[in-house]
Amino acid sequence: MNRLEQKTVKVVVYDGEGSQSISAEESYEAISGLLNNGFTVARITSKSELGISNTTPQLVLGKFDGKQLNGAESGAGASTVRLSEFPSSDPNTVSEIAEQYRQEQDAFDHSSWKPWFPVIDYDRCTNCMQCLSFCLFGVYGVDDEQQIQVQNQDSCKTNCPACSRVCPEVAILFPKYKAGPINGAPVSQDDLDREKMKVDISSLLGGDVYSMLRNRSVQAQSRFSKERSSDKALNERKKCLDKLKQDIDIPAEVLMSLPSSDEILEKAEQAKLRGEEALAAIRNSPNSSKLGSS
Amino acid sequence: MAENERILYCNCTYAKVVPEATKREVLKALCSSGRPFNAVADLCEMSARKDKTLGELAEVENLKVVACFPRAVHWLFSGSGFPLEKKQVQVFNMREKPAGEIISDLLETELQEADSAPATGPAS
Ligand code: SF4
Ligand code: SF4
Repeated sequence: MNRLEQKTVKVVVYDGEGSQSISAEESYEAISGLLNNGFTVARITSKSELGISNTTPQLVLGKFDGKQLNGAESGAGASTVRLSEFPSSDPNTVSEIAEQYRQEQDAFDHSSWKPWFPVIDYDRCTNCMQCLSFCLFGVYGVDDEQQIQVQNQDSCKTNCPACSRVCPEVAILFPKYKAGPINGAPVSQDDLDREKMKVDISSLLGGDVYSMLRNRSVQAQSRFSKERSSDKALNERKKCLDKLKQDIDIPAEVLMSLPSSDEILEKAEQAKLRGEEALAAIRNSPNSSKLGSS
Repeated sequence: MAENERILYCNCTYAKVVPEATKREVLKALCSSGRPFNAVADLCEMSARKDKTLGELAEVENLKVVACFPRAVHWLFSGSGFPLEKKQVQVFNMREKPAGEIISDLLETELQEADSAPATGPAS
């Protein structure tokens, strides 16, 4: 089972009938601590709200004074509901109680992954498959109707927004990116013009970003070699690589963690092939409303 | 509070793109309001996991999401397999708006509604 399919738990802060009131400060301390530790929280004021849960195990914290909250532990649809006393003397320990519950339920601690992955704005996407053809790491795929999809979010390289730069429609978002429109800010005409310019720049630099990526090992060698750095061709390549880093904002760590040049070539070919196959399937489909355009 | 309303607060725990002070003030205001609300560590992370809680929230008739850019929030829900009906959802952007403005838009309009509501409850 991959990380994204692992079980989770939910924490409920109960402040309603059958319990004593939790102050705003206590509530804030407890909830902010839980959120910073990766928990999903609901603050509820009525027993009836417990029933809205799916099958996620729930830890319900409240000032029950040892009393039962009738009906709570058989909340509709909830696989497990555990009542626990809210630690008034130290709301910070709520996270420890929740952590213990998470472990008992054998649920996963999702905080170990920085959620960095592309999100497609289908209002803009034309299904052209450029992203699918570009990504070396198999993040993209197509559904049964050959519609582009983000399928393997956790294969994406943290902090690398490169595929958003190859999308001609500015349809790829990275919500945690520093700047718009990639972070989800509205797309302006200027943004569209700038994106077009970037495609032109990359073609000026050699027509194909992968050919520049492939030069990275050469560039890495040249960094330590005076004789080589005087080599004009190498300097040219280094400039291309720097330009690429700057233009499409690929972090140096990502460039350095790329596979060998041969593997890049192979993966690039595979990615390109996947994109071509998806486009061919769209063209051959009798119902080709999701027609890709480039 | 309007009927069938739910507030969802996103803490953007795994990145530093939402100002800490804004998150703190908004969360404090929610805790002081006495209203029920849902709070998630990171909506992005939940979207990647296709967390069923997003499906429950997507069905709420009147959802108010306090997170970041509306375009990001909408397509994160959509990417999780639980698209939002745009007309029903209000998104409050903590990346761009000051906390005070978000709090008054999120909570005070409801206080005004409550002030002007007939004492006996809704007419129909
Ligand atoms: S590159 Fe093409 S298929 Fe990919 S998101 Fe952009 S418009 Fe859609
Ligand atoms: S939805 Fe926005 S605010 Fe929430 S975790 Fe993602 S980037 Fe952060």
